[in-house]
Amino acid sequence: MTTSLRIFTITNELGIHARSAALIVDVASRFRSEIFIEKDGREVNAKSILGILTLGAPKGSKVTVRAEGPDAQDAVDSLGHLIENKFGES
Amino acid sequence: MGERDSQRKTHVLKGIGVSPGIATGKALILDYSIANVPCYQLEGEAEVLAEISRFEKALKESRRQLAALRKKLSDREGPKPLFIIDIHMMMLKDKTLINNTVNVIRERMINAEWALMLTIDKYRAIFEKIDDEYLRERFSDVEYVGQRILRNLVGREHIRLTDIEEASIIISKDLSPADTVQMKVENILGFATDMGGKTSHTAIVARSIGIPAVVGLERVTREVRSGDIVVVDGLDGFVIVNPDPEVIRRYEEKKRHFEILEDGLLREARLPAVTRDNRKVDISANIEFVEEIPSAVAHGAEGVGLYRTEFIYINREQLPTEDEHFVNYRSVIEGQGIKWSTIRTFDLGGDKFISDPKLAKEMNPVMGLRAIRFCLQEVELFKVQLRAILRASAFGKTRVLFPMISSLEEIVETKKIFWEVKEDLVRKGVPVGEDIELGIMIEVPSAVVIADSLAREVDFFSIGTNDLTQYTLAIDRVNERVTYLYDPLHPAVLKLIKMIVEAGHRAGIRVSMCGEMAGEPAYTLVLLGFELDELSMNPLAIPRVKKIIRNATFEESQALLNKAMTFSTVREIEAYVRDYMTSRFPDDFRRED
Repeated sequence: MTTSLRIFTITNELGIHARSAALIVDVASRFRSEIFIEKDGREVNAKSILGILTLGAPKGSKVTVRAEGPDAQDAVDSLGHLIENKFGES
Repeated sequence: MGERDSQRKTHVLKGIGVSPGIATGKALILDYSIANVPCYQLEGEAEVLAEISRFEKALKESRRQLAALRKKLSDREGPKPLFIIDIHMMMLKDKTLINNTVNVIRERMINAEWALMLTIDKYRAIFEKIDDEYLRERFSDVEYVGQRILRNLVGREHIRLTDIEEASIIISKDLSPADTVQMKVENILGFATDMGGKTSHTAIVARSIGIPAVVGLERVTREVRSGDIVVVDGLDGFVIVNPDPEVIRRYEEKKRHFEILEDGLLREARLPAVTRDNRKVDISANIEFVEEIPSAVAHGAEGVGLYRTEFIYINREQLPTEDEHFVNYRSVIEGQGIKWSTIRTFDLGGDKFISDPKLAKEMNPVMGLRAIRFCLQEVELFKVQLRAILRASAFGKTRVLFPMISSLEEIVETKKIFWEVKEDLVRKGVPVGEDIELGIMIEVPSAVVIADSLAREVDFFSIGTNDLTQYTLAIDRVNERVTYLYDPLHPAVLKLIKMIVEAGHRAGIRVSMCGEMAGEPAYTLVLLGFELDELSMNPLAIPRVKKIIRNATFEESQALLNKAMTFSTVREIEAYVRDYMTSRFPDDFRRED
């Protein structure tokens, strides 16, 4: 069991809105690890779209992605890639 | 739902009967809001498990519906709506939402609807704290998904009145014109709603299509589930939920009695209102929608004595165009069986124009900037309505009624605008009616006092007893603490009515009455005694009022009125009039209504 953790800044215009939240859930659900996203002391399950939406993370906010499980490192990398690529938004 | 059905006993809800008749049938709940769901406690582990499986079934059904919707839309729409559906689908599968609701069912031992509602409320509280407005508003998606699950929990898909398959009694919070347009009339047995009053849209629609309705029940959407058998008693304002066979039988009998009585009244409804000693009173209908005309004529209306035009303005984003006004007025004026149409110009406060935010809320709107006062300030808006009425007047006998006149200057100014508009149309070659009559509502006490000079300016008076009573007695009709004082039989009001009729007749003009008083059969003889030329009322009241006039003499009505006016208190007048009517027309006043 490994734990992986990294901090990211949200850089896309709309922040984590419905569409980007759905993409996070899609990516997170591919991993067996438990994955959490934390903002301002509130941590939610990255596989729950409702959880992610309640983060209310606009552009410029900092979030911590934490994963626990056999593929934790891979999970954090993949989610980081998604966030840093602004969820594919132009 | 088996174990719950056995617990559901017959119970009765009291509301306001707004469309007479009785209907028994299966309830169909039209809308559930999250704040309006059935709530009950569970007992024992078996019920908890049954409730959880009911919730899971509703989730599964919701997913199936969304998948079907997605498939349907994928052929026609772009990717955007599909994406929203995907988001909603994801929410329906969201473990935190599901587990949270299941835990609430288990721990608090409450039904699934209630538990889901509490879960959604929790999300609402979290979303409300989000600073970013756009992200905060994503809660609307959560709410939408919650609604869908709720609808499936209470056992129905999203229903519109347009596609009701089975004859049903419609249960709803309230019905709007959007709900009732194009409804399948043959499958609608009755209405029962939480909100509304005698003049609400539900009431008007029910009366126009002739089905029973009870409104203002407050909790009917909470206490009834789709599929429950209910009785709607529009005569006395009751809704009976899950009636036992004995109750159903009694109501069948009541229904038969009502229909026999109604048939008798309707057979004679088209006869003129002429007393035994040959005095004729014109009888007309107060309407709000063109759709009401056929029923009004069937109930014996000879003309339209009051067409309220406010509905053309409200419930919309933009002001109505001249053509939209025109289409409405023309259909009224051309209405089959209608000999004359009295169109009242805009009679609301300026705040009803949604597009005009500069109009501040008023402390005392009934005495504020409304009706003719507003129209004289916003002359261009007023002219749009007048042009439409004038154009429509080419299609039949038209009377124009100006509301809330309180001074001579107002009617002089109003007429000036009216003639300007008319001349302008004539100059452009637009056809207008030749014999348009102009009249004013007499509803402000000052207008009564100067009725002689007002009468020289117009072709008719129409007495608005609701506002006249309210302004004369200084009673806010909406204020429950003083409504007990509101009574059109107040001696002061009766004296004012007498003054109005006399002033009008001295000047040789018609005097009609279009307030609620005109449609109250207990007052019919009093009003006949006043020598009113026309009574305009809720169409359903016409048969009874006509029947009384046809069976009475003008002479007795004058004797009754003269005697009534010798009393100095409302109580004495009321008792005297009621006693007289009850003994004179025992068949019509048996019930205390």
